[in-house]
Amino acid sequence: MNILYDERVDGALPKVDKAALLAELQAQLPDLDILHRSEDLKPYECDGLSAYRTTPLLVVLPERIEQVETLLKLCHQRGVPVVARGAGTGLSGGALPLEQGILLVMARFNKILEVDPAGRFARVQPGVRNLAISQAAAPYELYYAPDPSSQIACSIGGNVAENAGGVHCLKYGLTVHNLLKVDILTVEGERMTLGSDALDSPGFDLLALFTGSEGMLGIVTEVTVKLLPKPQVAKVLLAAFDSVEKAGRAVGDIIAAGIIPGGLEMMDNLSIRAAEDFIHAGYPVDAEAILLCELDGVETDVHDDCARVSEVLKLAGATEVRLAKDEAERVRFWAGRKNAFPAVGRISPDYYCMDGTIPRRELPGVLKGISDLSEQFGLRVANVFHAGDGNMHPLILFDANQPGELERAEDLGGKILELCVRVGGSITGEHGVGREKINQMCSQFNADELTLFHAVKAAFDPSGLLNPGKNIPTLHRCAEFGRMHIHNGQLPFPELERF
Amino acid sequence: MSVIANDASAQLLDQVNQALAANTPLRIQGSGSKSFLGRQADGVLLDTREHRGLVTYDPTELVVTVRAGTPLTELEAALDAAGQMLPCEPPHFAEGATVGGMIAAGLSGPRRPWSGSVRDFVLGSRVITGQGKHLRFGGEVMKNVAGYDLSRLMAGSFGCLGVLTEVSLKVLPKPRLCTSLRLEIDLERALLKLAEWGQQPIPISAASHDGQALHLRLEGGEGSVGAARERIGGDDLDPGYWNDLREQRLAFFADPRPLWRLSLPNNTPALGLPGDQLVDWAGAQRWLKSDADAVTIRGIAVEVGGHATCFTAGATSNPIQPLSAPLLRYHRQLKAALDPQGIFNPGRMYSEV
Repeated sequence: MNILYDERVDGALPKVDKAALLAELQAQLPDLDILHRSEDLKPYECDGLSAYRTTPLLVVLPERIEQVETLLKLCHQRGVPVVARGAGTGLSGGALPLEQGILLVMARFNKILEVDPAGRFARVQPGVRNLAISQAAAPYELYYAPDPSSQIACSIGGNVAENAGGVHCLKYGLTVHNLLKVDILTVEGERMTLGSDALDSPGFDLLALFTGSEGMLGIVTEVTVKLLPKPQVAKVLLAAFDSVEKAGRAVGDIIAAGIIPGGLEMMDNLSIRAAEDFIHAGYPVDAEAILLCELDGVETDVHDDCARVSEVLKLAGATEVRLAKDEAERVRFWAGRKNAFPAVGRISPDYYCMDGTIPRRELPGVLKGISDLSEQFGLRVANVFHAGDGNMHPLILFDANQPGELERAEDLGGKILELCVRVGGSITGEHGVGREKINQMCSQFNADELTLFHAVKAAFDPSGLLNPGKNIPTLHRCAEFGRMHIHNGQLPFPELERF
Repeated sequence: MSVIANDASAQLLDQVNQALAANTPLRIQGSGSKSFLGRQADGVLLDTREHRGLVTYDPTELVVTVRAGTPLTELEAALDAAGQMLPCEPPHFAEGATVGGMIAAGLSGPRRPWSGSVRDFVLGSRVITGQGKHLRFGGEVMKNVAGYDLSRLMAGSFGCLGVLTEVSLKVLPKPRLCTSLRLEIDLERALLKLAEWGQQPIPISAASHDGQALHLRLEGGEGSVGAARERIGGDDLDPGYWNDLREQRLAFFADPRPLWRLSLPNNTPALGLPGDQLVDWAGAQRWLKSDADAVTIRGIAVEVGGHATCFTAGATSNPIQPLSAPLLRYHRQLKAALDPQGIFNPGRMYSEV
């Protein structure tokens, strides 16, 4: 079932007179950069999920918050949908434009306003890149912990909207754990501060609710993040296993030994071989699975923990355990993992990256399930896995030039996510729902839960102008989708009419 | 200690549906250990304590799912038996304190600035809503960004947004080594030292100044704790201090004047406050015993970017700091979305919510 906005199931959108809107914007905001010609709009028709494209009505590139304020007030008055976008690196189509909506690009708000080493925070504009924060904090031996793989390009405003993760979440948390304060503009163009410079604020925790809300509740205008002291040292162990099950059990054994690694990653044989061919990281290509375990902190503790983890890995049946002998080898071990996606890109014309999470104990069963589905759909699947926090990234290999393969890849991806939900996991660990997983939301939540989500949205945006159609599916969409997806023989949403 | 298990969710749901039908407000309560906080809510008592017990706990997953009426002591004992803990060190304040009350009050103990707050460890929840539905949000996995994060929103919401019946929490292994020390330096100097240490990888897990001396707790491996202990110096401290601080059993708290909690930005300097103070959270949380009025105390906190909560029942009509006009409007709209009839603890936080 197509994920592009479909008014038939996603709800009617306001009809906007482009010429009149453009004229009014130019009159009210003469210094605002507005793109309106189709050749100028083209580059903005997708985010990191490039298989799906929609040309926006207009693109605006403000440089001052006052411009955003005026724009939102105007859009609110005229009933114009607004889709906010940062760097556009999101992988779930969260910033996918609407034909009848303005794409509000916040990327020019790229100033770091303040780095306070003694207070251990940084105050930045929403278009500042994730990595730029750590770079600005580096002279003080501090850093910003969440490190999504796109950190070189992705913006902090987008990180807040998506509650971005990374490879160090088990120990250092997600974006929501590393924020102090977010300044927003409401749909009405009113300024509001969520959180504070202190560690907590009076009232409901709207900062927690807002983080990860995918641009549906307000527009981020400023972010205050926590900074942490850089770990003194980081060491990496590489362990090889002759079965994925053994590698999965080893992860549990490490945790059971009371050790929380900074990063704990697993790769299956297909990913290992692809990465090794590409990066020459020194991975054992005949292993069924490898674990990369990074331990960071104070040197003496890390040294002790390396010895402990080594022992645990051997007891868990590792065929080989290697400690990166120096920084160069550590970087090489990681390079293989960090380049696993492009490495897989070399062995297949296209690949589709999934983002389900599962309780770790379910790993062997889920991998078996994925391998069965892979066979059934006739598409190869490579598995890389944030093993520490249960976040899987199965990569579905396909060729978009072969008729029907993209659709098959999507269907297979949907089945994998439903499998994750069945074992008590989630359809998305860090990429977000956006448009990409809008149908799978119907598997994870029932009609009452979805209805409540819509009520929360309406509490912030009653006219539904902010990023319409993302994150929460309509019950009509679920009813339509449900025709293909029936639990326990019961028709979901029986109260709804069918199309 | 074994954990007694009983699923009373059907009765809780019944009671909510009856209240909805009769349009009568409910006063949601566990043991009442934190009922002195916030405003007093009128309504028929909804006691959560029959709904209790661990639903799932697998130490290697670092996740526990527990029913709201479970006594906190039972949860903590179960975690302790597996070498794990609730890192946010929630206060009990009285025997019988429940997990639901911990979430509703959202209070964290001395480790909070380093470990995170109660909210930071919430992964999922089950909630009875104002539509009379028993719903599930979040889950039992560390990373989950599907839908709005209603589970973390429950932390600190004083039961105003629904009846929490179950919560999934991230837990962590207990530190290998823990040592406490006392360093006789004044508050100004202590705050400067804490700002300096805060920028370095020193394994501090609690820092309090009682007016006489800085009290520190170090946690980690033998090497890091040993090195920090040597570097910082000072005398050994009875680790019981941290429990007494968390539970407000230190002599400071016996003062008959009203108790205020000031939540302030990191690195706020020593403040001249109208009364006696006890500093926790490396300066980010300051307890104040004072007869001064709410406006005076809040004025001082707001001036430096913080806020103040009154912890003594009846001392002021608005114990939780009032909200700005737009924030209050969104609080009311959110309350109306989750509790349209306004039956859950109405007025418990603010008279308008």
